[in-house]
Amino acid sequence: MFSMTAKDTHRDSPFPHRHLLGIEGLHPHEILGLLDRAEEAVEISRQVHKRKHVLEGRTQINLFFENSTRTQSSFELAGKRLGADVMNMAVSQSSVKKGETLIDTAATLNAMHPDLLVVRHHAAGAVHLLARKVGCSVVNAGDGPHEHPTQALLDALTIRRHKGKIARLTVAICGDIAHSRVARSNIILLNALGARVRVIAPTTLLPSGIAKMGVEVFNDMHEGLKGADIVMMLRLQRERMNGAFVPSVREYYRYYGLDAEKLNYAQDDALVMHPGPMNRGVEIDASIADGAQSLIREQVEMGVAVRMAVLEALADNLPNN
Amino acid sequence: MAIDTPKPLVLSNARVIDPARDMDAPGSVIIADGTILAAGPEAANQGTPYGAEIFDCKGAIACPGLIDMCVSVGEPGAEHRETLASASQAAAAGGITTICTMPDTDPVIDDPALVDFIHRRARDTASVNVLPLAALTKGLEGNEMTEIGLLKEAGAVAFTSGHKSVKNAQVMRRMMTYARDFDALVIHHVEDPDLAGGVMNAGLNASWKGLSGVPREAEIIMLERDLRLVGMSKGKYHANLISTSDSADVIRVGKARGLDITAGVSINHLTHNENDIGAYRTFFKMSPPLRDEDDRQAMIAAVADGTIDIICSNHDPQDVETKRHPWAEAEDGAIGLETLLAAALRLYHSDQVDLKTLLAAVTSGPADRLGLETGRLSKGAPADVTVFDPERPWVLEKSSIRSRSKNSPFEDARFTGRVLRTVVAGRPVYDYS
Repeated sequence: MFSMTAKDTHRDSPFPHRHLLGIEGLHPHEILGLLDRAEEAVEISRQVHKRKHVLEGRTQINLFFENSTRTQSSFELAGKRLGADVMNMAVSQSSVKKGETLIDTAATLNAMHPDLLVVRHHAAGAVHLLARKVGCSVVNAGDGPHEHPTQALLDALTIRRHKGKIARLTVAICGDIAHSRVARSNIILLNALGARVRVIAPTTLLPSGIAKMGVEVFNDMHEGLKGADIVMMLRLQRERMNGAFVPSVREYYRYYGLDAEKLNYAQDDALVMHPGPMNRGVEIDASIADGAQSLIREQVEMGVAVRMAVLEALADNLPNN
Repeated sequence: MAIDTPKPLVLSNARVIDPARDMDAPGSVIIADGTILAAGPEAANQGTPYGAEIFDCKGAIACPGLIDMCVSVGEPGAEHRETLASASQAAAAGGITTICTMPDTDPVIDDPALVDFIHRRARDTASVNVLPLAALTKGLEGNEMTEIGLLKEAGAVAFTSGHKSVKNAQVMRRMMTYARDFDALVIHHVEDPDLAGGVMNAGLNASWKGLSGVPREAEIIMLERDLRLVGMSKGKYHANLISTSDSADVIRVGKARGLDITAGVSINHLTHNENDIGAYRTFFKMSPPLRDEDDRQAMIAAVADGTIDIICSNHDPQDVETKRHPWAEAEDGAIGLETLLAAALRLYHSDQVDLKTLLAAVTSGPADRLGLETGRLSKGAPADVTVFDPERPWVLEKSSIRSRSKNSPFEDARFTGRVLRTVVAGRPVYDYS
């Protein structure tokens, strides 16, 4: 056994990856290392002078094939606070033949010698394809229903700051697990750090084989919330509400929407999270979303910090650093 | 085109395997006028025809040329992916002497004139036999039946829905019934399109990848439906590509009930499973999707016990324009002509299927089902012969692939077993050097 000191920190633990394509494949100490870096970034972001220079002279391109105000601005701010030149490229899906622009755009961008490419795409695995074709570091900002690693990291940071730990907490993830990249990344990360993970949803919104994904499965919200320390709500896409996966909004809200009555089943000090954007009155009641137990706004703040940490960690491995 | 008779050929010092005659014995193969004069031990002490070329097999195996019952070619319509000429070169290098071409081209092969087009293009450009399969429904749209009689007369060897299923059971029933009157074989892709609705095998693997799944039941349900329709129509039916253990069970039951059915499997489902997909490698995207290891083992067992009659390459050339996309947006399909035999030999080297059974599934199996004279080395049969050394190692390098498209799931794969010579109608069309 090595001895733990009070100052034990993973701040300087190496991050030997060229890309961040997912939480899968990260070691727990690497995850903790990123969280520790992010704590520093929180401090910087709260100062009047919010600037570090680790990415000075570096070019970061945010390539978004899917609209996302919050993730894109979060990455933009993170890059700028680290001194990078940040360029945003929104590629609208309607204007291009499907898929074609992904590789073509990548080749074009690659020729401009970016150092960091932040990519969101509607197809699972799109970032893996890109990462094979470009010479820079790629950060997955969400690829279809596959992974959204920085969301899981910011969720973990938010939880840790409030509960002081992740291990042995009971985290209930509720809603459209089947189509959620946030759920996948969180399941992997929370398991890696020793949390107990539950998922709560009607079976039509659960991926097949869910019971083997390292979670306890509940179809009943009351059962699933019993004793939970953290309640993570997921957004339900509008096109899935009208009979395809669940019969109607009101039925979904009745059985799976988080309201005060259901939240009562969780621990008294349970905290509520949501990756946004929220549908108040669909998956979450307005009074809960904006209530005392909600961490939803803080998640946004932690988002910038975590993205700074990720960009910084990847920058350590960039050539000529 | 000059019509010349190939000079006689003796493949001497061979191990002759002829599954149709249950033969596996040292001997030679004597060929003259494009037909087999003798093959096996009895040929060893016969004289050599005058002027014959003697090819010393040095103990390598001589077997009937392979027949690949499911080959997509880009001609007509997508010649940049594959032509009959390039496909036949790839086939010859893989020991395949006959390819059955799928009708899902552009235009769809649903008219006798188009069958004739394939025949003429093949005669002028292809070095192996090309047998067109015709569409079962007009435009492969699954609604109206094609002119089965006229198409058959024009030279279509069987009728297929291509790489999709006929969803409407009533349409399928009528076509099977009508086809029976013409003794026509119906080849069906068994996958319920509504239930399939995904891009890889359903299950844990797809769930982690965030990909929508194709449940095994999409295949099983369609196959079960089909066999009921075969029972009603009393037709000849071939399930083109099965991929699950339950499908093999359904076939077993159907055969036991005396239905005139056969089943095929692609070489990919015998040698790969869903784990090979790795980080979304689209060369492993195909229909039916690669299943799990249990299903792969069940497919091998079904070949070994004869439930599966036919192994095909399901050769489907796709280029970067159709493959270099995120997984869900990439096309299905993998090339496989050059690697069919070598990949199949993996089952022999792993002691799971004996050589004679394995070779039957690529020679006499398809020949019997299609009613061909080839696929055997009997006296008087067309002299389509493949000579291969089952022990010779080689590596498939992308740069050496003969197909116009390079979407091989076997890129950089190591094989044990190499084709040395391929003979079509008495004429060598491929020599390994």
